[in-house]
Amino acid sequence: MHNYFIGELAERLAKRQISSVELTRHFLTRIERLNPALNAFITLTPQRALLDAAAADARLAAGEKAPLLGIPLIHKDIFCTEGVKTSCGSRMLDNFVAPYDATVVARLKAAGTVMLGKSNMDEFAMGSSNETSYYGPVKNPWDISKVPGGSSGGSAAATAARLAPVATGTDTGGSIRQPAALTGVTGLKPTYGRVSRYGMIAFASSLDQAGVFARSAGDAAAVLQVMAGFDPRDSTSVDVPVPDYSKALGAPLKGLKIGLLREFFDGLEPRNAALIEEALNIYTGLGAETREVSLPHLPLSVPTYYVVAPAECSSNLSRFDGVRFGYRCEDPKDLLDLYKRSRGEGFGAEVKRRIMTGTYVLSAGYFDAYYLKAQKARRMITDDFRTAFEKVDLVIGPTTPTPAFDIGAKMNDPVLMYLNDIYTIGANLAGLPGVSVPCGFVDGLPMGLQLIGPHFAEAKLLNAAHQYQQATDWHQHAPRGYE
Amino acid sequence: MSNWEVVIGLEIHAQLATKSKIFSGSPTAYGAPPNTQANLVDLAYPGVLPVLNARAVQMAVKFGLAVDATVARRSVFARKNYFYPDLPKGYQISQYELPVVARGSLKVMLDDGSVKTIGITRAHLEEDAGKSLHEGLPHATGIDLNRAGTPLLEIVSEPDMRSAREAVAYMKKIHTLVRYLEICDGNMQEGSFRCDANVSVRPRGQEKLGTRAEIKNLNSFRFVEKAIQYEVARQVELIESGGKVVQETRLYDSDKDETRSMRSKEEANDYRYFPDPDLLPVLIDEMFIEAVRATLPELPDQKAARFAKDFALSAYDAGVLSASRELGAYFEAVIAGVGASHAKLAANWIMGELSSALNRDNLDIENSKVNPRQLTGLLNRIVDATISGKIAKEVFEAMWSEGKAADAIIEAKGLRQITDSSAIDGVIDAVIAANPKQLADYRSGKDKLFGFFVGQVMKATGGKANPAQLNDLLKTKLGGGGNA
Repeated sequence: MHNYFIGELAERLAKRQISSVELTRHFLTRIERLNPALNAFITLTPQRALLDAAAADARLAAGEKAPLLGIPLIHKDIFCTEGVKTSCGSRMLDNFVAPYDATVVARLKAAGTVMLGKSNMDEFAMGSSNETSYYGPVKNPWDISKVPGGSSGGSAAATAARLAPVATGTDTGGSIRQPAALTGVTGLKPTYGRVSRYGMIAFASSLDQAGVFARSAGDAAAVLQVMAGFDPRDSTSVDVPVPDYSKALGAPLKGLKIGLLREFFDGLEPRNAALIEEALNIYTGLGAETREVSLPHLPLSVPTYYVVAPAECSSNLSRFDGVRFGYRCEDPKDLLDLYKRSRGEGFGAEVKRRIMTGTYVLSAGYFDAYYLKAQKARRMITDDFRTAFEKVDLVIGPTTPTPAFDIGAKMNDPVLMYLNDIYTIGANLAGLPGVSVPCGFVDGLPMGLQLIGPHFAEAKLLNAAHQYQQATDWHQHAPRGYE
Repeated sequence: MSNWEVVIGLEIHAQLATKSKIFSGSPTAYGAPPNTQANLVDLAYPGVLPVLNARAVQMAVKFGLAVDATVARRSVFARKNYFYPDLPKGYQISQYELPVVARGSLKVMLDDGSVKTIGITRAHLEEDAGKSLHEGLPHATGIDLNRAGTPLLEIVSEPDMRSAREAVAYMKKIHTLVRYLEICDGNMQEGSFRCDANVSVRPRGQEKLGTRAEIKNLNSFRFVEKAIQYEVARQVELIESGGKVVQETRLYDSDKDETRSMRSKEEANDYRYFPDPDLLPVLIDEMFIEAVRATLPELPDQKAARFAKDFALSAYDAGVLSASRELGAYFEAVIAGVGASHAKLAANWIMGELSSALNRDNLDIENSKVNPRQLTGLLNRIVDATISGKIAKEVFEAMWSEGKAADAIIEAKGLRQITDSSAIDGVIDAVIAANPKQLADYRSGKDKLFGFFVGQVMKATGGKANPAQLNDLLKTKLGGGGNA
């Protein structure tokens, strides 16, 4: 049952061949059995899930038809969920029960999905390996000595291990696409502004975007359909019509112009490069044309990102001060002591590193040299993409430079860790949609193929991913023990 | 002190009269129990986002148009970062490099009747912080976030003022203007209108500005005047005794009437301003501006000019009567009753008797115990000579305390003026007959005694003799000597 795609599950639910309660029980049982080795969850909500499933069954029994009605899912613990602990992977919010639902959560709830629990993540989404979580690292189901990627490592690992058909995630510098690649699932980061950020705990507001993990582009399309759309509570969400993503999946790729990002292939590990080559052959076989394009300023993306994101995070995380909610130190002497110890004890090392970096780059005397320069570089990178999309419909490349690495391997070298995001950060800086799909294995570990499109080109992007998945079966491989 | 020139600039914070907060849907009403007007956005809960209140932008644009400023087609909200318990997000959303209003000016009438133009550098939108409460909490600090997120327009002047009196005149003019525009209730006790004053002194003739001190949070015109006067004296004394003014923030203590240092420039926060990524730039087009322009009322200066021209009032009178929309409306309602030819009479009464009665009872013009219709009734009796101006004051007092119409009081008290010449003649004759010595003295050249006879006749008539008539008749009867 856990290997079915959403469409197959929906059909069985509609025909009453299975009930949502049965489906939910099935996944809850799998979670109980398989999650202890993975640590993919921070909170499980089985009772609530069964109630929601029963409610979905009632709607199904009444003849209601909706693509996600009765489908179980997992929310990344960055999304506020009313009445349920929302920790953001941090000790700071270990005691925080959100009093409201994020827009993403509310929309998926209204669509009839059943929340199984909240997934583990890097603390405040700051990390590329899920090792900065207060709740311990998530293990990669392909090899539990490896990281699943981050920051949405729990959602990725759970989707790969078939602990839920789909999971939500957020992507600030690759936090959906990179873990999707390292765990062999499909991960979609929509255009900045396509999905509301309301209720999603902010890391870097100008880069954060909610998206989805699924085992196919088709499933991702069905979930995006519900998540996407203007939200008056998020001024940066964009009021453009939401197309029918599932309907767009049938279009042939003949004539599609795919750009190969020269910068992505420079120095790429040969086995990784070979997988991308192979994927390109599939696309050519499907009628697409490929040509090389260049984004000359893309090499600036990592340094640019590590100025912009910490700057915004240093300000976004100021609200965690021990005054109104979250962690408060014992017996503060005075106000300054309250601030210092609540934050000092409540935040982990990586979060502190980024707050300090961000505070530094915004300081008087450094603002121009760092923050303003980074904004300039960001515009140049965006312009590079715009120029590229005048020539091609999509660009293509690897999602990550390497497959999943050992837990602990990069924790002592932040710069090495940051370089994991070298291929994914560009899309965040430019606000573009990107998708990672499984494209093969290196050393028995999955690798991802990344497609990036122009703003609001999700339909085209998902179709390209879908067509690829029609021609290949990489996305159907399950890690051993989770089949 | 005359060797020193005083330089003052003001930053006025006007709370905008929107129903809801600038970035959330919470109400802005004053005086609610603590934290009952603070929602998740105001409390800065994880995940919440600000959404700009369009009414606040309209109000800022309205102000910009009224001070003949440039309305920015694109302005940007920025974050001002600092930690304080009454600042829930750990940053205040404000406008920094690109404010919504820039480069305006305002004409202010000074004490000597001259008019000075004060430059307005900028006016920007921002959110207010909450309040820390210490009263009744011996070992704790309470936080009330009702005010957090209330929209403010910060109006920054050029350092154009040269005395505390000028600063007060400018602040009063801004106060008048924002109330005319109905963008701020101007209530200073509730903190809806307050200012910071930047004060420095320099030797007369020197171009370079002296080092300034900023006096924070002045919430009355009197405090502004006294705080600046104190600060100027302090700075002059300091420099003259060989000291140096340091750039710092100071606090005015109204009980002790002095300013005290709060923090020096070195201790000042580095606010790490940067554009708020949660809010898009505010784009304002011509259509928006024109729509706002169409809502502009007659402005104080326009009203004063019209009063001066149409009713032949002095610039001073016209300025006083247009100082608030309500006062202007009162004046115009009275004019409608007595006619424009008696505008000066109406002006004198409003600025004289009515104003002092209002001051005495601490009432606004809207709550006057004598309404325009009632005052018109009184003035018309002066105009038609039923009563004299002097008697009218007595009638006015009775109207004020009893709330009755002028005519009713005149009749009830028998205050009608005697205009029958024969009746006055009779009284004059009796007075002359009773005072032969004074008559003789007057006729032999003691002109001053004319007043004596007027007084005696007035006394005999209970003040009701028509003064002009009495004058004429008395002159004829007394004959000779007097030329009063």
